[in-house]
Parts: sequence; C-alpha cells; structure tokens
Amino acid sequence: FFIVGLIFIPIGIGIFVTSNNIREIEIDYTGTEPSSPCNKCLSPDVTPCVCTINFTLEKAFEGNVFMYYGLSNFYQNHRRYVKSRDDSQLNGDSSALLNPSKECEPYRRNEDLPVAPCGAIANSMFNDTLELFLIANESDPTPTPIRLIKKGIAWWTDKHVKFRNPPGEGTLEERFKGTTKPINWLKPVYMLDSEEDNNGFINEDFIVWMRTAALPTFRKLYRLIERKNDLHPTLPAGQYYLNITYNYPVHSFDGRKRMILTTVSWMGGKNPFLGIAYITVGSIAFLVGVVLLVINHKYRSTSNTADTVAF
Amino acid sequence: MKYIKPFVSEIPWNCSWFYFAMSLSIKQSEDRKNGREDERLLQANNRKLTTYFGYPDNAIKTSKYNALNFLPMNLFEQFQRLANAYFLILVFLQLIPQISSLASYTTVIPLMVVLSITAVKDAIDDLKRHQNDNQVNNRSVLLLVNGRMEEDKWMNVQVGDIIKLKNNQRVTADILLLSSSEPYSLAYVETAELDGETNLKVKQAISVTSDLEDNLELLSAFDGEVKCDPPNNKLDKFAGILTYKGQKYLLDHDKLLLRGCIIRNTDWCCGLVIYTGPDTKLMKNSGKSTFKRTHMDHLVNVLVLWIFLLLGIMCFVIAVGHGIWQSKIGYYFQIFLPWENYVSSSVVSATLIYWSYFIILNTMVPISLYISVEIIRLGNSFYINWDRKMFYAPKNTPAQARTTTLNEELGQVKYVFSDKTGTLTQNIMVFDKCSIYGKLYGGSCDKGGSKVPDSKKEKVDFSYNKLANPNFSFYDNTLVEAVKSGDNWVHLFFLSLSLCHTVMSEEKVEGELVYQAQSPDEGALVTAARNFGFVFRSRTSETITVIEMGVTRVYQLLAILDFNNVRKRMSVIVRTPEDRLMLFCKGADTIICELLHSSCTDLNNVTMEHLDDFATKGLRTLMVAYRELDAAFFQTWSHKHSSACLSLEGRENKLSIIYEEIEKDLMLLGATAIEDKLQDAVPETIITLNKAKIKIWVLTGDKQETAVNIAYSCSIFDDEMDRVFMVQGKNYETVYQELRYRTARAKMKPESLLESDPTNIHLSTKPKMPFAVPDEEPNGNYGLVISGYSLACALEENLELELLRTACMCKGVICCRMMPLQKAQVVELVKRYKKAVTLAIGDGANDVSMIKAAHIGVGISGLEGMQAMLNSDFSFSQFHYLQRLLLVHGRWSYNRMCKFLSYFFYKNFAFTLVHFWYAFYNGFSAQTVYDSWFITCYNLIYTSLPVLGLSLFDQDVSEMWSLCFPELYEAGQHNLFFNKKKFMNCLLHGIYSSFVLFFVPMGTIHNSERSDGKDISDFQTFSLIVQTSLMCVVTMQIALKTTYWTLMSHLFIWGSLGFYFCMLFLLYSDGLCLMLPNIFQFLGVARNSLNQPQLWLSIILSTVLCIIPAVGYIFLKPLFYPASVNKVFDRIHHCMKYPLPPPVQTRLKHASLRRSAYAFSHQQGFGALITSGKTMKIRPKKKNSSPFKN
Repeated sequence: FFIVGLIFIPIGIGIFVTSNNIREIEIDYTGTEPSSPCNKCLSPDVTPCVCTINFTLEKAFEGNVFMYYGLSNFYQNHRRYVKSRDDSQLNGDSSALLNPSKECEPYRRNEDLPVAPCGAIANSMFNDTLELFLIANESDPTPTPIRLIKKGIAWWTDKHVKFRNPPGEGTLEERFKGTTKPINWLKPVYMLDSEEDNNGFINEDFIVWMRTAALPTFRKLYRLIERKNDLHPTLPAGQYYLNITYNYPVHSFDGRKRMILTTVSWMGGKNPFLGIAYITVGSIAFLVGVVLLVINHKYRSTSNTADTVAF
Repeated sequence: MKYIKPFVSEIPWNCSWFYFAMSLSIKQSEDRKNGREDERLLQANNRKLTTYFGYPDNAIKTSKYNALNFLPMNLFEQFQRLANAYFLILVFLQLIPQISSLASYTTVIPLMVVLSITAVKDAIDDLKRHQNDNQVNNRSVLLLVNGRMEEDKWMNVQVGDIIKLKNNQRVTADILLLSSSEPYSLAYVETAELDGETNLKVKQAISVTSDLEDNLELLSAFDGEVKCDPPNNKLDKFAGILTYKGQKYLLDHDKLLLRGCIIRNTDWCCGLVIYTGPDTKLMKNSGKSTFKRTHMDHLVNVLVLWIFLLLGIMCFVIAVGHGIWQSKIGYYFQIFLPWENYVSSSVVSATLIYWSYFIILNTMVPISLYISVEIIRLGNSFYINWDRKMFYAPKNTPAQARTTTLNEELGQVKYVFSDKTGTLTQNIMVFDKCSIYGKLYGGSCDKGGSKVPDSKKEKVDFSYNKLANPNFSFYDNTLVEAVKSGDNWVHLFFLSLSLCHTVMSEEKVEGELVYQAQSPDEGALVTAARNFGFVFRSRTSETITVIEMGVTRVYQLLAILDFNNVRKRMSVIVRTPEDRLMLFCKGADTIICELLHSSCTDLNNVTMEHLDDFATKGLRTLMVAYRELDAAFFQTWSHKHSSACLSLEGRENKLSIIYEEIEKDLMLLGATAIEDKLQDAVPETIITLNKAKIKIWVLTGDKQETAVNIAYSCSIFDDEMDRVFMVQGKNYETVYQELRYRTARAKMKPESLLESDPTNIHLSTKPKMPFAVPDEEPNGNYGLVISGYSLACALEENLELELLRTACMCKGVICCRMMPLQKAQVVELVKRYKKAVTLAIGDGANDVSMIKAAHIGVGISGLEGMQAMLNSDFSFSQFHYLQRLLLVHGRWSYNRMCKFLSYFFYKNFAFTLVHFWYAFYNGFSAQTVYDSWFITCYNLIYTSLPVLGLSLFDQDVSEMWSLCFPELYEAGQHNLFFNKKKFMNCLLHGIYSSFVLFFVPMGTIHNSERSDGKDISDFQTFSLIVQTSLMCVVTMQIALKTTYWTLMSHLFIWGSLGFYFCMLFLLYSDGLCLMLPNIFQFLGVARNSLNQPQLWLSIILSTVLCIIPAVGYIFLKPLFYPASVNKVFDRIHHCMKYPLPPPVQTRLKHASLRRSAYAFSHQQGFGALITSGKTMKIRPKKKNSSPFKN
C-alpha cells in the first residue's frame, strides 16, 4: 500500500501539473440563448446562415494548436447508429458501393440509387464550417485569418488503410457513378474537397466523423494550427472572432455545439481526471497502509500472546 | 426355422405347440409385445414358441447410440441440459434482427465448442460400450442344435435352447440346471459378479432332468415345458413349474444358474435357457445408476437462478431507462437516427431493448462454466487415479475415480459410513493362537502387554512339511516342537481341525492344494492344521483323506452335523482307519462348555482363562472337542438319524434333537484363536479422520460383540469415552426409552429433552418439512451401539429423529446385525436430516445399497467380488487411502472448485456489468462496450486457461500439511469457501470492478485527445481500453488467488495475457480487417491507441483500484475473522520457517499405540460380554448349502 501510495502520488501530481499547463478554450455556439449571435440560425429559413462570435485569449497558445468541434447530447454511440455503416463500401469495395449493407437502413438507398456513403453515421456528418480570425489590435480593424490545416487530422491507418475510394480510372465523379449522396448532405461525396487526396471517402473530415465517439458528449478534431516558429506563439493572446457557417441542427434534441482550441502535452489534451484520480488513490492507499500497519501491529501482539498460550 | 427333432415326431411336437398357443390366449403374446408379461412360458428345444412370444435373444446392448442416430440423439440429450438449452434460445434470439444486439457468432462459437467437446466425450464412452457389448455378445458357448453340440455366439442363444457349460465358464444366460458331471447333478457356481460373495454356491438339478446327463439324444428329445415368473430383478427368487412327460415339478432358485455366475469345480453342466439378454436377472439388476449431483452443483444451479433474476431486473431497469430516453431524447434525435418503422412508440422500443440486453448480459451466466467445471473435475479425478500413494502394489490396483463429478464433495464429507468386514478388516483370518489341552501356544505377545513387532519374531519353519502353505506364518516354535515330538493331544487337536469342516480342496497341480472354504475362519483353521502336518487332502462324500505327518490316511465320513445359528457348533463323525468311531466337534465356547464331559472341568477352566485372554486381544475363538463313540450306540443313533432325515415334517427340529443326543460328554481338546486382521493403518486413519471432525459410523452385518471389539481396536471407540450406549430394545417403546431417557440423550445433553431446547422448538415449529437438524454439542465423548432389530424400530417415522439426534451427538456409532437395506436407510436418514455430505465405504455386495444411497460411495476393491466397486464412485484397495482421498484430494478439489467458482463468477460479473454502466451513456441502446470478438473469446480463450490452471494445479498447502493438520478439512464441511455469502462477495466485487473498469477509462477519454491531438474518445479506442484493463484486472486477480505457483500457472496466467495482446494485434491487423471489413471493424485501433501513455496510466489505475480491495480483504480477514484454518496456516508457516520435524505423524502413532493398549486392558467390563459371544465364527450357512447332507 505504501508503495502504491508513494508511486501514485508523484505520478498524479505530474499528470495534474501537465494537464493544468495545457491551454484550452471552449466556445459554445449552439445559439439557443437569445443573446447569442448564432440565435438567428436556429430557424431553418435562414440558409446559409453565418454567425460570428468574438472571444479573447488571455494567454498565448504555444506549440501546435488543435481546433475541435464538440457536440453534446449527441448519441453517436447508439447501437443502431454505430452499426449503420458499411465498412466494405468505405474500403472501396465496388460491389458494396452499389449494393450497400442492410445495416445502412434506412439510409441505404435513396430514390432507387445506392447511397454512398450509406448509413446514419455518414448521413449525419457534421457540416458546419468554422473559420478563425485574429483581430490584431484595436487600431487595425482588418482581421488576420488564421491558417487552418485540414489534413493530418485523421488516424493514419484510417486514411490509408481503412478508407479507400472506389477503384477505377477517371475522376472521382465517374468512380462514384450510379450512387447518390446521403439525404442530409448538400454535396455528393466526391465534392467534399477540391484536392484529390482529400476527397471522396478519404476526406479527413469525413473519416474523423466516421470514427464514432464512445460517449454522447465528445469532441472531434477539426483543424490544425501549426506553430510558425519558436519565437512567436502560435496563437498570441488577443481578440479573435470565430466565423461559423451554421448548417448543423442540434437544438431539436437539446444538443450543444462547441468549438475548442487547445494545445497538447505528452499525455494528450487537458484532462484533470487522471491526475486527480492518481493523487486520490495514492493518498487513500497510503492512509489505508498506515491503518493496516497499526492494526497489524496490534493484532500481532495480541495473537502472539494468544498463540503462546494456545500452543 | 428348420428344426429337426429326431426322436419326437412332427405331429406331437406341433400339437404341443398348438396346445400352448391356444391355451395361452393370444393376449399374452400381445402383452409381451407391449412390454408386459404376466408369466413366462417356454418349451425346451422349441424356438418357434420363443419367436411366437417374442422373447429377446441373448444379445445385450448397453450402448446408447449408433452411427446414424448419434448426432440427433446426442444433441437432443445435450439440449436437455438447462444451460445448453438456454444458450440455444439465446442463439435464436440473436437471429432476430430487431433485437439482436450482438452478432450471433458470439454465442454460436462457444456453444459449438461446448457441444462438440461433450459430443466427443459421449462418443468415446459409447464406443467403449459398443466394444464391450461386442466382446460379450461374441463369446462362444456350446449350443445344442439339431442334436449336435455346436459352438455358437452368446448372442445367438435363445429362450428354450439347451446349452452346455464347462468348468470355469461364465453362465451365458439365466438357465435351468438340467444335469451336470457331478454326482446328484450338483453344480458349483461362484456368484461374485452378482452378489459379491466369493464362496461357492451349490445348485442341484431336479432328478428327472439329471438323468439326461450330457446325452445328446436325450437332451434333444427333452421337451419339458417351463412356466415361470416373468423376468424380474430378484436374485434369490425364482418360482416355476416344469412339465415333463405329464408330470409337474416345482422349480426354485436353487435350480437356476444366473448369468454372470462362473461354473466352478464342475466339469460340465447342461441347462435350459429361461431368461436371455436384457431379461436376465443380472441385466435387470444393473439398473441405471442414479446420477449423483454434488451440493456444489445445487448451489451453482441456485446461483444461476439468482443471476437470472438479477439479469431480469437489470434488463428491466434498462428497458425502463430506454423507454424514458426514447421519449425524451431519442424521439427528437430522429433527424439523425430515425426509428425503425416497426417501432411505433418508446414502449415497443423498450420491450425490444429488454431482450437485446438480455442477450448482451447473458455472459453473466457463463456458457463455459459448466464445461469448465467438468474439465476441472475430470482433471482432479485423474490426480486420484494417478496418485501413486493410493496405488496398492500387492494387488496392482490403483485408486480409481469412477465418477468424475463428485470430487469437490470429497472435501466436505462429514459422515463416513463404513462396512466392517473387508473394509476395516482384511477379511483374512489368521490362525494366531491356540490352547491345546490347557497349554497356550502362540502367545508371544503378552509380556508387558506390548506386542513384539512382527519382524523381530522368528517365523516358524514349516519346511518339514512339503504340503505347507507358504503364506501361512506362525510365531511359536513350541507348538511345532510339540507336533514333531508326537504329543498326542496336539495331534488329536490338529486332526480334529483337519476333519471337522466343510472345506473343499482342489489340487490342480500335485502338491498345490487350494482350499475353497465357505467362511474364511474355517479356511484358516484347516490351513493351520495343514501346516502343522495334518493336511486335508481331498474328500468324497464318504471319505476324507488326510496326510498325517506324511502318512496318508483315509477316514470314513459317517455324518456331518452341520452348523446353524442356534446350534453354534458343527461336528463330524468319522471312522478312523483303525476302525474307531470318533466325533469331532468345534463351536462356540458357551455351547461346548455345557456339552463337555464332567471329567474335563479343570481343563475347561484353564481353557476358559485362555479364551478370555484371546478375547481381550480381539481374537475370534472356537472350542474344539472330541468324543469316541461306541459302535453300537452309533448304530442306533445312525438309524434315528437317517429316519429323521427322511421325515418330511419338522425335519429341522428332529435333526437337532438327534444331534444333541450324540454331541454330549465331549472331551475338550482346546481352543483356537483367529485374528480378524485389520487393514493397514486403520486406527491411524480413523484418528486422523476424527480430528478432521469426520464422524465414522460402522454399519455391519456382524454380531454386536465382534463389531464393538473391532470398533475398539480401530479406535472408533476409545477408553477416553465417557460412555458407550447400547441400544438393544426389540420394540418401539424400549428403543424410544433407551434412546431418549434411560441412557443416551439424558446423559449426553440433558437439556435437549426439555421443551425449551432450541432444537426442540425448531423441530416442533417446522413439522413434516424437509429440514436440517442442526448440530448439537454433547457434554462429553460418547459412543453408541445399536443392533439391527432396534434399528428397525428406530427407523420408524417418529423415532427417526430421536435416533438421529442421539447418534449424531456420539463420537462413534456402531450399527450391527444390519441388513443391506438398513444400511441404506441409515445413510438416507442422515442424508435427509443433516445438511452434511455422507460417504459410504464398503467392499461387499451387501454394501451396494448404502454405497448407492450415500452422496459418495467408495468401494474397496478387495476380496469380495467387484459388486461394490462397480457401484461405487471411487474405489481403491485399502481403507487407509480414505484419509488421503478425503484430506488431500478432497480438500484440494474442494478448494480448487471454490476458487474456481468464485473467480469465475467474479470475472464474468466484472466483464458483463460494464455494459450495464455503459447503458446510461448510450441511450440504453444495447451497444456493447467490447468488440464482439472479444466477447466471443473472453470466456473461451483469454481467461479460460488461467482459471483452469488455477483450479487444476493450485494447492493451498501441500499434501503433507493437509495430512498433518486434519483440522484444515473442517472448512469444507461447513462449506466455508464458497457459499451464498461468498457469492455475494463475488457479486459485489464484480460490480465494483466493473464500475471502476467503466468509469476510469471513461474519465480518461472524456473530452481528451491523443498526444498528437487526434481523437481518442472514439468508441473503438474506448473498447480497447476497457478490454485491456479488464484483462489486466482479471489476470492480477487470479495471480492473487494463486497460492501455489508452478511453471504451468506462470505459463497460463502470463501466457494468456500475452496471448490476448497477440490476438489483439491479429484481430486488428490490416490483412484480416481488409479481408472482411464488416466483421473485423477495429482496424488499426491497437496500433493507434496502445502507444498512448494516458491509456496505460488508465489501465494501471483501473488495475490497482480493482486489486486494492481484494488485497485489503485478504490482509484484513484473518485479523478480524480469525478462522481456525488461518491459525493452522500460521502454524504451517511457522513450521516452514523453523523446520521442526512434522510432529503429528509420530504423535499419531504414539497415541494410537497407547490408546489401543489401554483400550484393551480396560476391557474388563466388556470382557464378559465379548467372551460370551465372540466365539462361533463360522458364518451362518444356508440350508442345503452343504453338499454332504444328502
């Protein structure tokens, strides 16, 4: 117990400190509050709806900064949701492309054409667009857009092994011939991006979305903000504003949408849980150890006398 | 069927057939076909009739399946087991797409594995039976066909056939003895296979058929009709009528040779087949042995029901939750996840979810539980079979676990019911001492009361006698010298021993005599005489040939006055070669004393002293006397005798009166003492078992005095006992009084007679219900002796409890004069009212009933046949192996089974309940936490080997310590290691673990990212973390439970964990996943996640959190609840640290020595009792069993 205590407490403190050093800012832009600039987008009539949210970074973000979108109360882990996909199709299997798995129902066929990509997961893909601008200073009103990198956000294995476009010559459009887009999508799958290696099934936004979350509140990597050099922080402290093209409806089921900016450490993002847990367990173990030692000491002395009497 | 009968013309033969067919209404043959039969009719040499009645042929079939019906039948039988049926239902549930929450292979694959393992086992078993059947059915026998004797297979024998059997052949079917090679058409059979008795039985044909001899013509012409009982299983009952040539002859079971007997001492015999194959009494008796289940089985079944209940409740909670979620959130979430069209409302959805969760949580009742239990038991049975210390080299018999399902019960035995003869004793009678004409021989052990060890004594050299039996040993040379010097009395003494008996001799090779004695005592006496130079060589019905000190002399046998229970003596009257008429008599001392001539009073007194001496040493005694007869007197007596023999009414009485006329004025020769040898190490074993709080009851058919005597000599009773109660009442009232007031309970525990005693209240409040009588503590050490008659009264409804309560308070209980059925009744009684495991141990056919009745039956594969062994669950050849079987193997099996069960339940709770917690986070949608492959493999592959390893190799203390500290055994009797409380512990621990296993990973990944910023909170990573933590936790748990580390356990435990990781990478590898992307969906998860430090931190945290309570519990338990077991452990550790010579072994011997010496010397009070009765040792012979009566 002592050992556990002694090992756990320092680890816990280490983790806790590391976790606390991580800079993180979270901005809810669901727009359910009337005061929110995005409130106007709640009504379905306004399309496309663009809203802007201002925020301030008190401290500069150093190192690589990651931009996430976060959804709450979104049951991506619902059983029927989780299984509503066809991995063969996503892997570029041409027969599955035209004849998706039954699991995709009711997003399997639309108007007698197979849906590509099929299923509820793909259909509900997050399609808000987020842009970040730095308001350099009070005097200069022209905002500087922050360069957001959209590649390198998915797992390597997903991008290169698990997801593949259908084989064949010609453009993506030709390869996806005979399929139709998911109902909720605005554009078909071969028009997700302009770049060839980030389009179709291997579009990284799509891949990230397809990796379903374990919990109803989750965040998904949206963009990377690479650090420029060692001298300047990636995101200096200051005024920023977030430009949102609001497409994704969540208010009907009380969902929330957030944008998160964070840095990472050796142990990932800001998560005080492990640190606190380690410290707690360590101290409890230590305490119990002390108690046990006392009890044991007492017991030994009494039982030893008893033993000598007995034998 | 062409069947030519040379001597009976076709017409009468057909007529008789017609006569039969008509007279026996057609109904009867229909009855036969319907499986009923009121009586059996058959005619010799008439197969048509046999076919007409449809009697079966002699082929037997014990196998269950054939190649065609194996699969359907076996599957059907397997699905009759609740667990298998349950899983089959699950498979069907999983096939319903609406509720299928798991791919059906998660259940199908384990189910297939389980089913095929069982099927293979069944197939092998059945194959063995097939081979056995074939072997038996294809044995050949001489069959009378068409007037010739032809060799045919057993299975072709039919009712009505006439067969001829040779010496040492097995009887083919139940046959009516027609004729034999011996005079008077006698046939000797050994019935060991039927009733376990090794002595020969005599069968005699009726005179009319004995004339047939083995004349083929006569036999073929024989057309007797037999009308007899329908086939039944009563071995000693047969009634029939033979109609032959218009005459009717009564048939009884003395004329029936039963299948399974072996012909002995008879060159040939012919018989008419009465019952064949499945109708034979042997097959009718080999009823299906009742399937014994252990307490643990019952407990597990109850627990499984509990789990079902829990499962139902959990599913219900979840279904309600789902209903609420569906209406609150799910309804609105339809923009992204529309409801299925068959789901009209949240209620429908909730109903479906109920079943979905039923499927997901089914692993709470683990499919591999039953199969694992079987494997463990099988493994532990092999340990018993392989135990070299239970191998009896002289007989080349290893211990054998014949039932593999009862092992852990061996660790819980509380009551041992033991037979005496052949179990505690060797059933070898050894001529130990004798007193001849007032002189004591063979008494080398009375100096200082301590026995000189056998090795130090000089064996008597019998080399002067060529015919001596080399196995015989005697340790007093004075007797040999007396014989050599030609002491007249000594010669006469041995002469009488060699003449006065009913032993048969067999001399296959010149000089190698084999005696067939009806009782071992007689054999011992005759063998003794033989070694001292009075060799009984052979006998005919009129003569006895004895080689007296090398001189062959033929005595004319004039009469045998046979033994019976009232007379308690037997005599022979012979005419010596010198034409003297001599009567030799041997019998119980009480009887013989009164018949002695007045001139030997002095001698009698001396001999009686010797007899007392013998008796206190636990020897069986007989008095030997003789009388020289006057020729004239004998002539008159002989006339009376023969007329009495011929009289029809009251023959018995008349004979005994006539016997008494001649058996008087006897001259005393001396007395013999025969040692009823105890088996090796019996007292030590019993003391050890007593220390383990195992109560030993001796149930014997023997006489009270003998039984009590043996009880003392094998330490069931000892001198430290406050009192031994005798219950001998012959009617209800006296027995009641004896049990309750006069003696037993009033002394042992006076308050138990009061109304206020808790047990009495307990009994009065719960009448007529099956309940358990609690253990009561008496205020001292008591013993109880109860005789068969009293027992018959005591076993009646309302005395049962009195008997039980009294008997259970006693340290040792002896029941004597028991009938086999009573033995079973006593066992049943204890079984019914005491919640304790009973074990019956015995060797003879009379123990079969009790062996079958007890929870565990142990057969001693000793001298008396195989019957007990065949019906037993365990068998070995020495009583003292029992302590090893119970204290070592039983304890280990029990501990292992308990560890196994508690661990198994724990690991499945920890595994399954995670789903329950997850339900609250996924909208109660029956989403599994794990990869479905993990679910498939978890019980079957990942965790099965360690737990099997644990339950096969673990031993908490070594065998030496468990024998040294029998106290360790007590835990099993009270079922301390796995009971409902322990199960609740497992459940709580499992719930706690699953809680940790779910929430720690959840906290880790919630709103968290990888160190490169990519997602970690996805479902597949989460699964991986939970799975891996679970594997680590259960592995650590099993490591904690393991107390005995072998290479195997290391291999299994760490190997399984390693194997899990290998499987992980294999299942999540590119190749496999790309091949079947829809089945293997977890591509690359392992690679991407297992390099994250936070994931490992989380795994370590969960593991430690799960282990800490267990460690704390292990540490605290002995401090707060010090059980005796723990104290013993402490002592063992102490002993191991400071190696003392294990004290108990030596102490044991010491104690027993002191004890036995003391016990015997204290016998004075009993002396009278024992001497008075323990005398006539010849077993009661059945009437007619002596061939020389006729």
